[in-house]
Order: sequence, then structure tokens, then C-alpha cells
Amino acid sequence: MPNIIVLVKQVPDTNAKILVNGDRVDLSSVKMVMSPYDEFAVETALLHKEAAGGEVTALTVGGAAAEKILKDAKAIGVDHIVRVDAEGDMDSNALQTVLAQAVRALGGEVVYCGKSAADTGAGSTGPGLAERLGWASASNVIGASFDGGLTVIGPNGAGHAKLNVPLPAVVSCDKGEFKVRKPNVKGIMMAKKASVDVHSIEVPPSSVSLVGHALPPAKPAGKTYDGGNAAAEVAQLLRDEANVL
Amino acid sequence: MTQTIVIAEMNNNAVHPSTAELVAAAMTFGGAPTVVVPCSDASAADGAANMGAGSILAAKSSAFAHYDASGWAAALDAVTPQGTIITGASPQSKDLAARFAARRNIAVVQDAVAIQGQQVTSPVYSGKAMQTVALNGPAVISVRSNIFNAATGGASDVQVLDTEGNVATSVVEFMARASERLDVAEANIVISGGRGMGSPENFSHLEAIADTIGAAVGASRAAVDTWEAIPHSMQVGQTGKTVNPNLYIAVGISGAIQHLAGMRSSKYIVAINKDADAPIFQHADYGIVATWEEALPVLHDTLKSMMA
Ligand SMILES: Cc1cc2nc3c(=O)[nH]c(=O)nc-3n(C[C@H](O)[C@H](O)[C@H](O)COP(=O)(O)OP(=O)(O)OC[C@H]3O[C@@H](n4cnc5c(N)ncnc54)[C@H](O)[C@@H]3O)c2cc1C
Ligand SMILES: Nc1ncnc2c1ncn2[C@@H]1O[C@H](COP(=O)(O)O)[C@@H](O)[C@H]1O
Repeated sequence: MPNIIVLVKQVPDTNAKILVNGDRVDLSSVKMVMSPYDEFAVETALLHKEAAGGEVTALTVGGAAAEKILKDAKAIGVDHIVRVDAEGDMDSNALQTVLAQAVRALGGEVVYCGKSAADTGAGSTGPGLAERLGWASASNVIGASFDGGLTVIGPNGAGHAKLNVPLPAVVSCDKGEFKVRKPNVKGIMMAKKASVDVHSIEVPPSSVSLVGHALPPAKPAGKTYDGGNAAAEVAQLLRDEANVL
Repeated sequence: MTQTIVIAEMNNNAVHPSTAELVAAAMTFGGAPTVVVPCSDASAADGAANMGAGSILAAKSSAFAHYDASGWAAALDAVTPQGTIITGASPQSKDLAARFAARRNIAVVQDAVAIQGQQVTSPVYSGKAMQTVALNGPAVISVRSNIFNAATGGASDVQVLDTEGNVATSVVEFMARASERLDVAEANIVISGGRGMGSPENFSHLEAIADTIGAAVGASRAAVDTWEAIPHSMQVGQTGKTVNPNLYIAVGISGAIQHLAGMRSSKYIVAINKDADAPIFQHADYGIVATWEEALPVLHDTLKSMMA
């Protein structure tokens, strides 16, 4: 019966406006939520447990405020919630080193995570963690089945392929073919009472440091035309002005 | 000066032309890079000629027959010189970049859109902000396409090195792709439809234009969620694909922030929407306030005569 771990990260709500104050993003008035792809990771982890038994632990690396999303995961149905207490900027190396230690300490045999976090957009954590653990990995999967081992559906060339993934493994989840479940009242009540298991792990130094944030360069105002006939002129401009046809 | 290495972007076991852009990105660190071509048949590496490489290395292994992150990272690690490594930013290349970096215990920076000295800039928060980081050591950097101008000239001789890596995953079955159409993530031109298209059948109008100009057809999430016939593989945005084409044409799409997340870095954006206040117009280089029923036939006719 597999010991299943799901990684969840707290990120700004994707509807939120991102402000830059000086040369840093200012998230002080932004609503924080579980990163959208992590919801698919939680769902896949729960499906794995339902098919094969075992237990699911949701794991996050972050400050105390990140416990809200652990409670959200608990309300949806994970068994245990764990936070590694660490804040501040970490490069991929530092974060993955911390995660690898936590996964080993928890005795995980399979890890699910989001294909990319809504803040970094990187998609580095799953494959990087797998390499550090010496495990197999499959990324951007949109479906999984669990009878007779782990089989996932992931991108392959221009299409998709069904892949057999030997355990232990790290699987990063894209928007799946399934619906993610929502918490019910009982789950929410249980989550309120649940306690978060807090670990502390020494964070190694980062070799990549943040210089600053900026808003994306403002686009020069575009041209706007009224009426469908303008499409002819726009097509000409695409060729002669923009040079893209 | 540290060595810079480019891992060639591969497509169907052939070197993808965007590899020449990666070479140009690598040159910002000074000097012409070594281009490493992951291949099972070394002749594939000939495709890296005239892309500005200082030297070309064919990393030959049966591990490269189909993509497996651990097998690829191990087989490449064995033959790739130490230094800063540049890869493409397709989903597969980002995955490889991350695994390769972890294998070497160095950091990875994804989706670079600018490199200046040791500083690398990439979009964060779904493109709502740009982040610049400083490298204090070797790193793996994935670089977005359509940013750097392709390098030319350089090496054409190929050195072949045999290598191996343990492939962890195995393919049970290749699944037919939903359609034979070009993938949005790979196309230089994307034309996408939203809920404003009214019905999935009306996407045929977008397909006709796509066929005329060699574009891929994309969709908003509302279109994908509303209509069974529009597969998720077409979805552009936060929970769909990120595209970075030269031209993006949004038809009947309002321009929600999650849609913008997937396409705002397109070089040119055209919007066709009947609502002059639709947010998409704030991001369009060319906006047409009209129904698609009025605008698309005119657009198609003009494009047909231009392409003829
Ligand atoms: C966590 C999360 C993730 C999301 N991820 C994505 C994502 O990846 N991609 C994505 O696209 N969305 C995503 N969304 C949804 C997003 O918020 C919007 O709901 C969606 O993009 C709207 O799609 P739309 O523009 O097609 O539809 P609508 O907002 O309904 O807009 C339709 C537009 O069509 C116009 N129109 C109507 N009729 C015509 C006509 N005849 N001719 C011309 N124009 C016409 C209307 O004026 C309107 O502007 C996400 C949302 C959340 C919360
Ligand atoms: N600090 C973190 N704590 C827990 N999980 C994380 C953290 N950062 C990233 N992850 C996981 O890794 C995925 C990919 O993140 P990224 O590599 O930053 O795109 C996320 O969707 C999460 O599942």
C-alpha cells in the first residue's frame, strides 16, 4: 500500500492583479490559494489511494500562512498535512534539496505535484526532485490508472502516450481528464481541527539570486477598427507593417 | 570564460530550427557554444550545421528513441561538458532542463526571454510580471522561442559520442492525436476561438483560415469547457498551453486574465470581438470591433488573395 505524497504550493489567486512596488512584486493585498495544477495533483493522489490503498500526505514548503492550503487539501480528503518551515527566495536547487529530504523523512513512495506553479510557471520541481531522489518521473500527465502499477497518460511528440511508470516516481499533473472533487461539510469541519505537522530543514544556499521584478513592458497602444470590412486592411498590415505573414 | 552548451531542440528525431535561436542566446555569454544533439541515429546531428555552433556533438544512444526524463538526463550528462547549459522551453525541454540541472546539482532558470551578462529575465505570475535573477555559477537555462534571432554559419562537422542512460518509463501505447492539425504550442501563427464562436461547428471558419496561412487553431477555456468537440489540447491559457507565436488571432474571446496568461507574449495580437469594451482589445496590436460573422469572410478572402 503506497505511501503517497502530494506537493502543494500557495500562490496568488490567478485572478489577482499583480503590483510591483519599487523592484519587487507586492503581494500584500492579494488573496492566496492552492496553485491550480496542484488541485489536479491532489485529485490524482486521492484516486491512487482509492485504487491501491495507502495514505496521502500533503506537503508544502513555506511560512505559517501556507497552512491554509494544507487545510484545504485536508478538507478535500488527504490524510496528513505537513509543512516544512522555510520562507524567502530559494532557487530550484535549494527548494528541491529541502523537498527531497522531506520526502525521504516521510517515507514517500510516489509523489504527485503540479506541472508548474502559478507564480513561477517553471515546472522544475517535479523532475528535479525525482532526479535528486534517483526516481523515475513523468511530467504534464493528464490521466493515471493504478491497477498493476502506475500507468499515466502524458504528452509524447505531437500526441499523447500511455506510459508505464515504475515506482518510486514523481508525477507532475496537468489539467486532467477528470473533475477535481470539492470539499464537503464534514471535510471542512475535520480540516478545521486537523493539526499541521511542522518540520524544520536547513535550507542550502542558492546560486541564483533575485535581482528584481518589473511589470511587463507596456505594449504601444494598438490600432482599433470598426466593422468587419477592416479585416482586409488588418490583413495587409500584418504583411506589410508587422511582417508576420 | 565558462563554456556554454546548447542542447538541441528535437522534433521527431530531427534538430528543430529553433535550435539556432538557442545558439544565439548562448552567444550572449560570449563565444560560440557546443551544440549537443540527443539522437539514436547520429546522422540527425547534421541538422545542427549552419546554426552558429562552435562545435557539434552527436550524443548517440538508444535512450533517445522516446522521451524519458531520467534516461535523457543521464545520457546527456555523461557526454555534455561542464558549464552553463541552454535548452528550449517546450514542455519536454523544460522537463529535461530541470532534471539535468538537478543531476548536476546546479540551478535551473526556465522560460528566459532576455539574457544580459549573468542576468536572466523570465515571465512570472503568468506573465503579469517579469523577474530578473543573477546567476552566481553555472546553471541550466531554458529559452523561449521567437526571442533571439537565429544564429547562422559556424560548425558543420559532427563528433559522435556514444552514451547511455537507464530509461525508467516505458511506452504502453501511443495514442492518436485528436486531430492532424498543427499543435498550438508549435505554430508560428495561432488563430483561436472563444465562446463568442457560438458553436463548435463554427470553428470550421477558423480552420479554413488556419489552412490558408499555416496556422494552428486554439481555443479559450470557455470554448473547451462548453463544447465536447473542442479538446483541451487546443486550450490556450493558464490551465492550457502557453504559446509564443509571431501572430495570435483571438476571435470571440473576451481576454480574461487566465487566457492572456497563455498568449500575451505573442509578437503580434489581432482581436476580433463584437464588444468594443472587451479586455482583449487592450492587448491587441490590431483590434477589429465586429462580429466574426462579418469579419472572418473578409479576412479569409484577403488572406487567400495575398497567399495566392
Ligand atoms: C483557475 C482558472 C484557470 C483558467 N484557465 C484558463 C485558460 O487556460 N484559458 C482560458 O481561455 N481561460 C481560462 N480560464 C477562464 C477565464 O477566466 C475565462 O472564463 C475564459 O477565458 C473566457 O473565455 P471566452 O473569452 O471564450 O468567453 P467569454 O468570456 O464568454 O467571452 C466571449 C466573447 O465573445 C464575444 N462575442 C460574442 N459573440 C460574438 C460574435 N458573434 N463575434 C465576435 N465576438 C463575439 C463577446 O463579446 C465576449 O467578449 C480560467 C479560469 C480560472 C478561474
Ligand atoms: N514551496 C513548495 N512547496 C510545496 N510544493 C511546491 C513548492 N514549490 C513548488 N512545488 C510543487 O511543484 C510544482 C511545480 O512548481 P514549479 O517548479 O515552481 O513550477 C507545484 O505545482 C507544486 O506542486
